[in-house]
Amino acid sequence: MSEPVSAPGGEPLLRTENLTKHFKIGSALSRLTLHAVDDVSLAIGGREIVALAGESGSGKSTIARLLAKLHKPTSGEIYFQGRPVSRIRSREDTLRYTGLVPMVFQDPFSSINPVHRISHGVLRGLKLHRGELSGAQRQAEAERVFEIVGLSPAGEVLQRFPHELSGGQRQRVGFAQALALRPKLILADEPVSMLDVSIRIGLLNLMARLRDEEGVSILYITHDIASARYVADRLIVMYAGQIAESGPVEDVLASPRHPYTQLLLSAVPDPRAPLDVTAETGRGEPPKVIDPTPGCRFRWRCPLAIEECHHVTPQLAELAPRHAAACHVAQAHAHTEVKAF
Amino acid sequence: MERGAVRAVDDVSFDLAAGEFIGVVGESGCGKSTLLFAIAQLLAPPAAITGGGVTFRGQSMVGLTDRQLAAIRWKDLSVVMQSAMNALNPVTSIGTQFKDAMRAHGVTSKAEIADRSAEVLRMVGIDPLHLRSYPHQLSGGMRQRSMIAMAMLFTPELVIMDEPTSALDVVAQRSLMVQIKELQERLGFAIIFVTHDMSLVRHFSHRLMVMYAGQVAEFGTTEQVFESPQHPYSIGLMEAFPSIRGPRVPLTGIPGSPPDLARPPAGCRFAPRCPQVMDECAGTAPPLYDVAGVQVRCLLHAPAAAAAAASPARAASTSPAASTSPAAGPGTTSSHDSGGADE
Amino acid sequence: MALPVSGIPTAPDPTGQLPATVPGSAAGGQPGQPARHALARMGRAIRSNRKATVGTILLAIFVFAALFPGLIAKDDPGADAYQPKLGISTAHLLGTTAQGQDMWAQLVWGTRDVMIIAFVVGLAATGIAVLIGVAAAFLGGLWDGSLSLLTDVLLVIPLFPLLIIIAGYAHGGGTLVLILVITVTSWSYTARQLRSQALSLRRRDFLEAARVRGERRLYIIVVEIIPTMTSLIVAAFLTNALYAVLFASSLQFIGLGNPNTQSWGTMLYWAQNEAALQTGQPMWALAPGACIAALGAAFALLNYAFDEIGNPALRPVRRKQVKRG
Repeated sequence: MSEPVSAPGGEPLLRTENLTKHFKIGSALSRLTLHAVDDVSLAIGGREIVALAGESGSGKSTIARLLAKLHKPTSGEIYFQGRPVSRIRSREDTLRYTGLVPMVFQDPFSSINPVHRISHGVLRGLKLHRGELSGAQRQAEAERVFEIVGLSPAGEVLQRFPHELSGGQRQRVGFAQALALRPKLILADEPVSMLDVSIRIGLLNLMARLRDEEGVSILYITHDIASARYVADRLIVMYAGQIAESGPVEDVLASPRHPYTQLLLSAVPDPRAPLDVTAETGRGEPPKVIDPTPGCRFRWRCPLAIEECHHVTPQLAELAPRHAAACHVAQAHAHTEVKAF
Repeated sequence: MERGAVRAVDDVSFDLAAGEFIGVVGESGCGKSTLLFAIAQLLAPPAAITGGGVTFRGQSMVGLTDRQLAAIRWKDLSVVMQSAMNALNPVTSIGTQFKDAMRAHGVTSKAEIADRSAEVLRMVGIDPLHLRSYPHQLSGGMRQRSMIAMAMLFTPELVIMDEPTSALDVVAQRSLMVQIKELQERLGFAIIFVTHDMSLVRHFSHRLMVMYAGQVAEFGTTEQVFESPQHPYSIGLMEAFPSIRGPRVPLTGIPGSPPDLARPPAGCRFAPRCPQVMDECAGTAPPLYDVAGVQVRCLLHAPAAAAAAASPARAASTSPAASTSPAAGPGTTSSHDSGGADE
Repeated sequence: MALPVSGIPTAPDPTGQLPATVPGSAAGGQPGQPARHALARMGRAIRSNRKATVGTILLAIFVFAALFPGLIAKDDPGADAYQPKLGISTAHLLGTTAQGQDMWAQLVWGTRDVMIIAFVVGLAATGIAVLIGVAAAFLGGLWDGSLSLLTDVLLVIPLFPLLIIIAGYAHGGGTLVLILVITVTSWSYTARQLRSQALSLRRRDFLEAARVRGERRLYIIVVEIIPTMTSLIVAAFLTNALYAVLFASSLQFIGLGNPNTQSWGTMLYWAQNEAALQTGQPMWALAPGACIAALGAAFALLNYAFDEIGNPALRPVRRKQVKRG
């Protein structure tokens, strides 16, 4: 499945090609494999926020960990700035890569070591990744990035312990730590899901500012479509380890082509919209993909499933400018919009 | 670390009629979960009810012995927890857990147990053959639904739910909410539904209570609170939800954090974060004012302030109705709840 | 201790909320004075918890006796200078032994031997337990398998008979031998505990964050994991110290220590030898026995107190009459 390159001409910042990750599950003797990510080809350009949305089990977090080099792909390749990531072996090269593609974690309460001061993580990161700086320069740099993310006065906050900071502040620390490494792409794994609603907007605004003022791209992983719409330029919807649909965020939300996207959008509670009780609310849930057979993985829940859906796995194909969906029915009716939900 | 007593819930009073659905909305630290546990008499030390009371069907719940509470629990009042994996026994099948619950309340006939178990599962849309399944064999949505089924075993009059959908995906969440509403309309029980996501209860609750820092910030019919929120916190909360329809607008949320309840501020607890804060807010703790049937804890709606807003001169003294002594003595965790008469 | 924020009330704890951050009035450490602040916090914690207060006082008494025995007991414990089998008197607070030694002096001077064993074994056994337990948990795979196997084998072997056999071979070696023997046989218990604690901490995001940052594994173990386990490590130390006292005294009692060292266990040995209880010299057995019990209790109380201070839900409830209606 390949996604059209969205960056204007030339190699995108990061590109995956048929990225696949399987996990062996069960006892040592079992031969069951969980297909967490199957055949994902996506691209992220410079200075953009790409939202990777999906339910739990869709594979979105696994993709983040593959990109962060926390897992090794089962097959497929990741290209960063044109070069294959799997060739990165030496400690030095790995450090350089993880400095350019750092990760921000989901849980503000377990992502910072409670025993050390806040300065510990960011100073260590600077020491490891920007070794050319002196001690005083590291301190100055730490304060600089803390100011950028809105933690002020930076010198004072750096001296605090994690339990003195709120959840929102801790997530800002996460972004500051990533920013200190002078990254090109930040992998943000559900950075706001565990925060109070009133605090989330502040962090989403911060992400937009980082893109605009610091020129950083962000892969924003989330299960919340509304926040994806608020902050992202492009939206990739994942289902059961595969990409279901992708395109500019407004296009995908205005005319969702894949039935799963339509289901997702209809289920998002919107206080301002009247409740559509006639909509099919779909009893099923995303499957755990263990040793799947070929065919569309959404077919059991899809009211539009045809014969082909049961035998042939759909590939991503462009249905509108830069807007692609992996659905046989949608592709057959590319010029009209098919409504499943 | 000793910080002194924390008044997690302060002066919360409401009446719940039979068959009514009340949503309690708030963020972390607002006291909504503590309130729930207090109502169900599930508070464990060091938490305790220190003032006020809970009345259920005309009977006071506070001070009942464990035996008396056990008789009420599940028959008249049941609780659905946030995470079914934490509440269901992982080593016994669903059917066995239903059986245990029924036996504990004196149902002995095997046929009756089997029938009722199958019936409640069907009510929530699960095939009764899953009575033999263990919790880990079911999906998240099915587990939550079987928790609700278990709460329905004796068709209680009041079901208390603590964020039952937050562990679920959006699609499963939606279908569960529809299911709950359906059951409520069919069986007629009352619901107290605690959540941090007010859009979830928008179409389901009759009345909505917004809590902040242990107190009621706003309380009225769902319609009123959504259509015309009066408290700056409710307004801020509503606007903190980006929409997927309509134009993309920049939002601000509500920067800041809730106050430390071990040292509650003297004045309005929301003042440090309030976009409409006035001079007197930091010094005066506002009581609940009535604004067209909606209770609002905000000085913006104090009668003197309302009158002063009409005239250019601003009253410099604190509002006259500003007595805020809560129900009783020091350290109050009070809540009031009475089911409608049905005898 | 991570505070639950996703609304899951792990214990309906009214303090389960985020601390407000008012710039300048940090609720926790002040920059530049971490050690002093930690001590002050510890002092407050000890004073507020009854178990901690009693345990600390008891332990302090014994530590003082071990450090300055000459201040408390004027006589030479080894000298057979007095009339044997004297009863309690002002000259001899506990009387004299069958060999004419002052029992009070023996008791007080014997404290030193016991305390040395308790602390050295406590530190050594805990050190080994931390190394092996945490490494096994964090390194995983083959390392975990082999280290766990080693731990489990030692755990399964009946400890006391093993102690007897080993001490029997090293008969007459005295305190050092006792320390070695007990350390080697008792680290496995706390190693197992620490391993499971470390395992549950392994999934914490800050460890993954450290990995992603590029830290080396040894660094992560020493700087990121072990400091977060300090309370568990202290608990392990108290456990090991407690068992060291009991094992050492037991071994000395059955004669496997050096009967000429001054220690509570050896007092018991000699008391047994001379049938003290039957011949009207009960203090000879009771006094050291009481001390062993008291020191053991001190360690145990401190262990419980640690748990309670760390987890408010375990604190004792003072049941008040709940107001009706």
